[in-house]
Amino acid sequence: MIITEQQVWDWLTDVKDPEVPALSILDLGIVRRVVVEEDKVAITITPTYSGCPAMDVISISIRMALAGHGVKNVAVDMQLSPAWTTDWMTEDGKRKLKEYGIAPPNRKAFSSLGLFEEEGITCPRCDSEDTELVSRYGPTSCKALYKCNSCKEPFEHFKCH
Amino acid sequence: MKLPYVLRLADDALILSQRLGEWTGHGPILEQDIALTNAALDHIGRARSLYQYAADLFNSLPQDEKSKAFTSVALQQIVSSGAPLTEDNLAYLRDGWDFRNVLLAERANIDWAYTVARNFFLDAFHYFYFTALVKCSDTTLSAIAEKSLKEVTYHLKWSSEWVIRLGDGTDESHSKMQEAIDETWPYTGELFQPSDYETAMQQEIGAPGLDAVRSQWIERVNAILTEATLNVPKEAWMHRGGKEGIHSEELGYMLAEMQYMQRTYPGMEW
Repeated sequence: MIITEQQVWDWLTDVKDPEVPALSILDLGIVRRVVVEEDKVAITITPTYSGCPAMDVISISIRMALAGHGVKNVAVDMQLSPAWTTDWMTEDGKRKLKEYGIAPPNRKAFSSLGLFEEEGITCPRCDSEDTELVSRYGPTSCKALYKCNSCKEPFEHFKCH
Repeated sequence: MKLPYVLRLADDALILSQRLGEWTGHGPILEQDIALTNAALDHIGRARSLYQYAADLFNSLPQDEKSKAFTSVALQQIVSSGAPLTEDNLAYLRDGWDFRNVLLAERANIDWAYTVARNFFLDAFHYFYFTALVKCSDTTLSAIAEKSLKEVTYHLKWSSEWVIRLGDGTDESHSKMQEAIDETWPYTGELFQPSDYETAMQQEIGAPGLDAVRSQWIERVNAILTEATLNVPKEAWMHRGGKEGIHSEELGYMLAEMQYMQRTYPGMEW
């Protein structure tokens, strides 16, 4: 069997983020490299957050997805630098996030120490700009909690990081 | 000298993470309970990266140095069997005096104000320390610092906001926050007193100079405490010892709980 790099990239679209299953790992922008050598495939991924428990699951899911296409010899490596940023999320991924009910990271990520500042986040349900931060932290490392003052619904925001 | 240095960074992360984990289910409101456990997860992620690196460094030592490195019988048994040490071995099987975290990281939670004070002092330290560590010549440590810096920046925002909110809040919250700052202050000096291995690593790999980090740290701390209408503590006698393995009683209780399962059922998995 001859495997091409492009095939591997195509197969990786089936590997979803276990915590946000609307997104593939390609949408997330965490796959740095795919190297194919005969029947061996080496994939380098970068963690979203240092302690994100989804990373172990994602490594296993990659092996399972490739095994489903008959590729048994798979190495998944973790690379910390350059550090992952939400700027690497695809536009298609941001659209899927919004459809899933999570406000996507829309501005350019930068690390600021500004206190008590709130980003203007658009409600993913009613598109109102009248929203407010409830908590800087949410159910997973990558999300913060907001509420919409127009439709009154709470929602999650995928933080710019 | 690199092994104790990496362990020192890893131990700070693990011990602080375990302390924050103690708040699980006990936070004043659900969102803040979640905030601390999220931060704990970032710290444990950093601890894992550092322990993996420390295990690599340990496993490449000559055999006679390996058997002298730690006193723990459980670790010595693994070493004499010829098996390589793992990140988990270093976290769960080392004895207290082989931990090199600063005393500040192991300070008990006590109450919300004390937790905020400890986190604020440590977050500010990590922020300036990792900013400098990114520039060191060790590519593994530089990458870990680069990754952690983004997370620590977020932690520092959170803890700074809480210092201000409580300090500049009600009379009661103000006095509790001032007490926590004053009582925690004598544990901050150790952050900036270099151990032998920190000085050696400054020479060898360009690790951060603690004097430079201190001046940035003090500027930030002054600014936030002033904003919070709190008094900046005067110079005081400072505790030390953690970097050399001399710890408070509090660490023993924490390790007893954290290491119990792996000590009793070695190699157990969930």
